[in-house]
Amino acid sequence: MMDWILQIAPAFAEAHAPALLILLPMLAGPIAAFLPGGGRVAWIMTVVVTGLCTLLSLILLAQVRSIEGGAIISYAMGGWAPPHGIEFRIDALNVLILLLVSVIAFLTSIFGWPTIKAEIADGKRAMFFGAFQVCFMGLLGVAATGDAFNLFVFLELSSIATYVLVALGSGRDRRALPAAINYLLMGTIGASFYVVGVGFLYAATGTLNMADLAVQLQDVGGNRAVQVGFAFILVGLGLKAAMFPLHQWLPNAYSYSPSFVTAFLAATATKVAIYAMVRFLFSVFSLDFAFEGMSLALILAPMGIAAMLACSFQAIFQADIRRTLAYSSVAQVGYMLLGISLGTAAGVSAGMFHLVNHALMKGALFMAVAGAVLTYQGTRIHDFAGLGRRAPWTMTAFAIAGLSLIGVPLTAGFQSKFALVSALLESGWWWAALLVVFSSVLAVIYMGRILEAVFFRAPANPHKEHGEAPLLILVPLWILAIANIWVGVDGGFVYGLATDAAEALFIGGAS
Amino acid sequence: MNGLLATINPGLVLILAGMLAAVIPVQRVRQGLALLAPVIATALLLAAPRETDLASLSMMGFDMVLYRVDSLSFIFGLAFLIAAFINAVYALHQDSQFEDTMGLTYMGAAVAAAFCGDFISLFVFWELTAITSVFLIFRSGTQAAYKAGMRYLGLHILSGVLLLFGAMQIYFDTGDMSIRALELGNPGVLLVFLAFGIKAGFPFLHTWIADAYPKATVVGTVILSAFTTKLAIYALARTFAGEQSLVWIGAIMTIYPVFFAVVENDLRKVLSFSLNNQLGFMVCAIGVGTPLALNGAAAHAFCHIMYKSLLFMSMGAVLYRTGTAKATELGGLFRTMPWTTVFCLIGAASISAFPLFSGFVSKSLTMSAVAGGAFLIPWLMLLFASAGVLEHSGIKIPYFAFFGHDSGKRPKEAPFNMLVAMGLAAFICIAVGLPAFFPGFGFNWLYSILPFANDPYTVRYEPYTGDHILTQMQLLVLAIFAFALLQRLGAYPPEKRGIIIDTDIIYRKAGYGLATWAGLVWTKVGPAMSGVFGGLSARTFSRLEAAFSPRGTLASGGLFNGMAIWTAVLLGLALLIAFFIR
Repeated sequence: MMDWILQIAPAFAEAHAPALLILLPMLAGPIAAFLPGGGRVAWIMTVVVTGLCTLLSLILLAQVRSIEGGAIISYAMGGWAPPHGIEFRIDALNVLILLLVSVIAFLTSIFGWPTIKAEIADGKRAMFFGAFQVCFMGLLGVAATGDAFNLFVFLELSSIATYVLVALGSGRDRRALPAAINYLLMGTIGASFYVVGVGFLYAATGTLNMADLAVQLQDVGGNRAVQVGFAFILVGLGLKAAMFPLHQWLPNAYSYSPSFVTAFLAATATKVAIYAMVRFLFSVFSLDFAFEGMSLALILAPMGIAAMLACSFQAIFQADIRRTLAYSSVAQVGYMLLGISLGTAAGVSAGMFHLVNHALMKGALFMAVAGAVLTYQGTRIHDFAGLGRRAPWTMTAFAIAGLSLIGVPLTAGFQSKFALVSALLESGWWWAALLVVFSSVLAVIYMGRILEAVFFRAPANPHKEHGEAPLLILVPLWILAIANIWVGVDGGFVYGLATDAAEALFIGGAS
Repeated sequence: MNGLLATINPGLVLILAGMLAAVIPVQRVRQGLALLAPVIATALLLAAPRETDLASLSMMGFDMVLYRVDSLSFIFGLAFLIAAFINAVYALHQDSQFEDTMGLTYMGAAVAAAFCGDFISLFVFWELTAITSVFLIFRSGTQAAYKAGMRYLGLHILSGVLLLFGAMQIYFDTGDMSIRALELGNPGVLLVFLAFGIKAGFPFLHTWIADAYPKATVVGTVILSAFTTKLAIYALARTFAGEQSLVWIGAIMTIYPVFFAVVENDLRKVLSFSLNNQLGFMVCAIGVGTPLALNGAAAHAFCHIMYKSLLFMSMGAVLYRTGTAKATELGGLFRTMPWTTVFCLIGAASISAFPLFSGFVSKSLTMSAVAGGAFLIPWLMLLFASAGVLEHSGIKIPYFAFFGHDSGKRPKEAPFNMLVAMGLAAFICIAVGLPAFFPGFGFNWLYSILPFANDPYTVRYEPYTGDHILTQMQLLVLAIFAFALLQRLGAYPPEKRGIIIDTDIIYRKAGYGLATWAGLVWTKVGPAMSGVFGGLSARTFSRLEAAFSPRGTLASGGLFNGMAIWTAVLLGLALLIAFFIR
């Protein structure tokens, strides 16, 4: 089905797609930061770069899917052969993440301009786009690389750029500064934990290439150093992924950063960290080691469940819409972790499926919120009262994504929760399945509160008249909203990608 | 017939019409669509071959059957489509894009659900009926309607979730997702049973009917009354036919609404109670489970949809013209609303099972089946309930609205379109109730579309025997005599304003805390929570708030400090587990 992409793509792009994917934003980012024109030129450049990266990801997807069961593309950076050189290694699992990150980046950069104009000062806009591209590049790098230390480098690159992006929200709300500092401190702890863990592994095996690590670890077995390394890596990546209770940097960072950044981060940042975690748990460490040796389910499942319950409750009690959505994000991460903690192909594919769907819905939700905030100011639920009539297009898309978040049938959220519940029941975890259903009821409550205000309450500010979000926001917003329905009605394509991704871990692995 | 057309579930036609209605601003175009869609859907249904999977889909490893017609789903689907057409006529006088959209989608979802062959698609349409129908309740705009709508939505979403969960359990036990006869016992099956029970108005799960239906709009109540509960009856007949406990559940369902209905003042609420009571007859018949009984249930559902719509339409017309449906404020309307009165009387005669009306030919099937199954006590209960039906639906409704003490109100006759709609329903009530003067007409036609039309008992069954007519007339005459006597002596419960306390008061109070979180009554937590239950849930609420709110424990404690410690704790935990749990 995707052969035509391979036919029309230039040979050069096909041969070097993994490298180009990273190089484009890496080179374009610093240039964008110094472009003149009040940020407009930098913005156009960002859209072009993210668009090209989306095409490159599609090429990679087509290449991976050209073989039944998924090809593995190994690209040696600079011609230095792995395991000594840095290897980019694309399989069915991370091509999904690459595609997700670049598509979301492309859509959010289109959407971003009106909000950037409103929220960021003239002189800082070009820098903002520069930082954004570095962040984008870092996330792609984390997903693409096959080298454990290289992953750390990309993780730090993207994180440092993210701190800058969050801090730039101070133009709109001064609380962005403490949020950024907190995020910086926490993020640094997480990254250090990760690198300490990688150090332990290096000490035990003498290699940093993930595929090679996997082979070496088979021989080393349950060495203490390996166990300690595992724990450090788990906690470090868990922090980046906002695993409960290490999620507390997230609500502030999401609520106070510029709208553009929130929409982008919510849909990508934690997802990439979860990918890295899955990559380590299943590819680098073997399934036996992670689940039997380390009793991983004992950590991931309780944390996942705690997240989906406690954070859903916290979401209910928030007065600010962006905070409600932020807490809900942590709860959704809980679903993904719960799926992964099953340690079965069905569980991981449900987790990955929910990961993609969550990116679709949270992206749409934060975009819609940004659109409304642009016209009406204020992010409290109270400020959103009656917007259903004032901005019907924006708010209908919001409602679609909100229903998807709840998991109403015919939306993406239903499909992935359904997959999750099936996976749980298949493993006999019916109690966890019941808790998933219960936390969906909590989602009904916190989204219901917002939707009720939006559609049924009288407008809070009767003086503001009709005002839809600008077209630049509406188009990407609706693309995501329609994607939510498309996946909800015919989840086959995305579910197929997620299943392939899980299969890649369970059959091929990185070995 | 075109192969592609044969694969379209008739319900989807209505849903599509509903979606189009959402974007068509012109009232007449929308209404034309609402009239046309049921006709097209009926044509599709009539042309569809039986007993094969006409449309199926494999999604995420599940085989879903989207369209399958057999004789059981046929009669329910046909009744739904006829009701949809009548409802469209009944709504012609009003210009409400929102109500048109939601109504059409709701009706379409119910029809589509009746033709599903697997639990997943059933669940999808099951939830769709819940979500769309609630707007018909909200639409009347009062605070009471809003709250009742929320309670309604809560119960129905719960029903859907139970259905899905139960179905998945069944799937993992048996590997089969298709809708088929099930045996109670397995927990999954029990959940499905409960899910159906909520929608079918089982005792203690029934309260939403009388709570929400009377609070919907004039048109909304008519639409609601036909679909949701009958969909549940259909589902029960499909999966739990012959489940003995249903005999008793059904019998109990027929009894208690009688008492509520007799003392209730709001006539639309009286009808809602009576709806509940009628459902009891069907549930009871499903419990008996013989082909004759299932025929009785299906026939009763068909006739019930017609005469209950007719009664709700007549009360709707009264409400539309006078602004009230309270017995205390009505009376003597026959002078200016003669047609409505006549139609209401036809509906009343049908529901009370007067010979020559539809109720007579359908209810006697059920009664005979229950008697034939040797269920003496349930049979006596049904007999008592039959008298009760006559009491509250057959006599009370027309008497207090159109006769009784003269309220002095002289409203105009109902709008023409309402009269046409009522006329159509009345026509069906009489047409299927008549003796078969010609073979294939009158009740013969109804019996010929029943699920077990070839069942020997049904083929031989003749409602118009001297014996049947005599028994029924004795019952009716006695009940009328009792009403007249009590009325004359002044002992009949007088029309009074007031609120009847049903069992739902228990969980409405206890569940109030839960409902409050729902953010609906958000700010009113304190004052509204009086009494013991109130105090309890208020305390729970404040504890929850203390833990989870933005100022609560979970969010406090210096972000950075708290998190750094948590990081260390989690690392320690991971290491502990690694070292000591093997």
